[in-house]
Amino acid sequence: MGASRCDPSWRWVAESTAGLERVLAREAPRVRAGLIGRFRDFDLADDVLQEALLKAWQRWPQDGVPDRPAAWLYTVACRIALDTFKHHAVRRRVEPELVTALAERDAAEVEDTHLVARFDDELLRLMFTCCHPALALDAQVALTLRTLMDLSVEEIARAFLVEPGAMEQRLTRAKRKIRHAGIPWEVPNDHEIGPRLQGVLTVLYLVFNEGYAPTAGATIVNRALCREAIRTTRSLLRMLRGHAEAVALLALMLLQDSHADARRDAEGGLVLLEDQDRSLWDKRAILEGRALLEKALTLRQAPGPFQIQAAVAALHAEAADLVSTDWPQIVALYEHLVRLTDSDVVRVNRAVAIGLAQSPNEGLQALANLDGEEMRRYAPYHAAEAGLLYRAGRRQEALQSYRHALAHVQSGVVQRFFERRIAELERSTS
Amino acid sequence: MRYMMLIYDNEALAESQSEAEQQAVFAEYGVFTQEVREKGVLEGGDPLLPTTAATTVRVKNGKRMTTDGPFAETKEQLAGYYILNCKSLDEALNLAAKIPAAKYGCIEVRPIMEMGG
Repeated sequence: MGASRCDPSWRWVAESTAGLERVLAREAPRVRAGLIGRFRDFDLADDVLQEALLKAWQRWPQDGVPDRPAAWLYTVACRIALDTFKHHAVRRRVEPELVTALAERDAAEVEDTHLVARFDDELLRLMFTCCHPALALDAQVALTLRTLMDLSVEEIARAFLVEPGAMEQRLTRAKRKIRHAGIPWEVPNDHEIGPRLQGVLTVLYLVFNEGYAPTAGATIVNRALCREAIRTTRSLLRMLRGHAEAVALLALMLLQDSHADARRDAEGGLVLLEDQDRSLWDKRAILEGRALLEKALTLRQAPGPFQIQAAVAALHAEAADLVSTDWPQIVALYEHLVRLTDSDVVRVNRAVAIGLAQSPNEGLQALANLDGEEMRRYAPYHAAEAGLLYRAGRRQEALQSYRHALAHVQSGVVQRFFERRIAELERSTS
Repeated sequence: MRYMMLIYDNEALAESQSEAEQQAVFAEYGVFTQEVREKGVLEGGDPLLPTTAATTVRVKNGKRMTTDGPFAETKEQLAGYYILNCKSLDEALNLAAKIPAAKYGCIEVRPIMEMGG
């Protein structure tokens, strides 16, 4: 333990505090995964990791960043845990064998050159554990953000418009459930991995979407969440090869993320796809997204929701503008997606596409089939209806729909967007 | 003699750099490319998309098999290449050392087998 020479690849890092912060931020999830895997205890892992990070802050600026930062942090954290156990063992005089066993394994692991590779295994296991279907979806998301993406409880609470205390409770309950329900620390076997992986991908996409189109709060885009989601998905792809849906998820995220700069105007207001300046789209992200989608398709696995959504995103990315977009193909893709997911949200998207592929009235017909209690509270449903009514020349009705949409929206940015639309329509129909 | 410079670096590390750092690296490659172009030795070169976009093909017993990813999982991955026409291995090695990835990854310098004619 303790730094020897400074690996030149880390030189750019040691030269600044911000750099040091980034190294630690990058290494922490892997080390945390290793610690959780070892001790099977989220909170203990957190505590000892925090102390190890503190030590790194103190030592590395002087000694230089060690050769293998993750191994250094892990070893230091384990020593701290061991000291804690010893302390308790002395006081309670229990389980001295456990302490000895830990000490021996500890010594062996310092020599283990495959330690860092093992972290990848632990990280993968941790992903599947955090996203286990026995946990409620919001618990899966919270746990993923906290342990895999290293967001603070305050940051997570703010993103989901929840009190930090409530978020803390949600996390505690989730961790307790993992312990008590015996949720296993495993990567699922080949028979189960399909649906379980879909669960992990769903959580990652939820996080991405929360960053891309925040449901609440003042910003249009929370880029940090998008970046974390993309980063974690990239890690997943490197550890788990051969799953078309996972490849397609990264493609989808990159293709969506490519719009980020065009989604906001100079005042920070929302700009819809149809009005975006496409020259602002990130061409590199689009290039990579399309290459990944193509690869996902060549893997010849049954197309899942992410491959289909990525295909829709790719069609948008290829089109010069709204009018030259291949809407009939998009309608066909949404039909497939409806069959797969039976989701009303997807049906709304399909109705909008029908409106553009065929006519606004046909789009409205498709939408009318969806009328129901939940739809009435769903702002995008009203917004879709408003858009189609407007295109059909039915402005008074469009105005009504925009008012319904406004009533069901939490995001300040989206509220302002609807308010502007309403004001424009009021002026033109008065 | 023509050499292929195979550029290896740690993808995960490169991906975790900030936008600004990545731009800086691109700029460095731009400088190198310009230099070898001006020297008249540049015959080709491209960056490659990460191994998450790679597919590996094998044909065994007449059957084509494709696998997701690079041919082997390695600590560093092939990130790009240059083809440089140099007077000698020494010149090739001197140029290889100037490729940005030499600082944090490595450059494999391989002579191209010239097929006469």
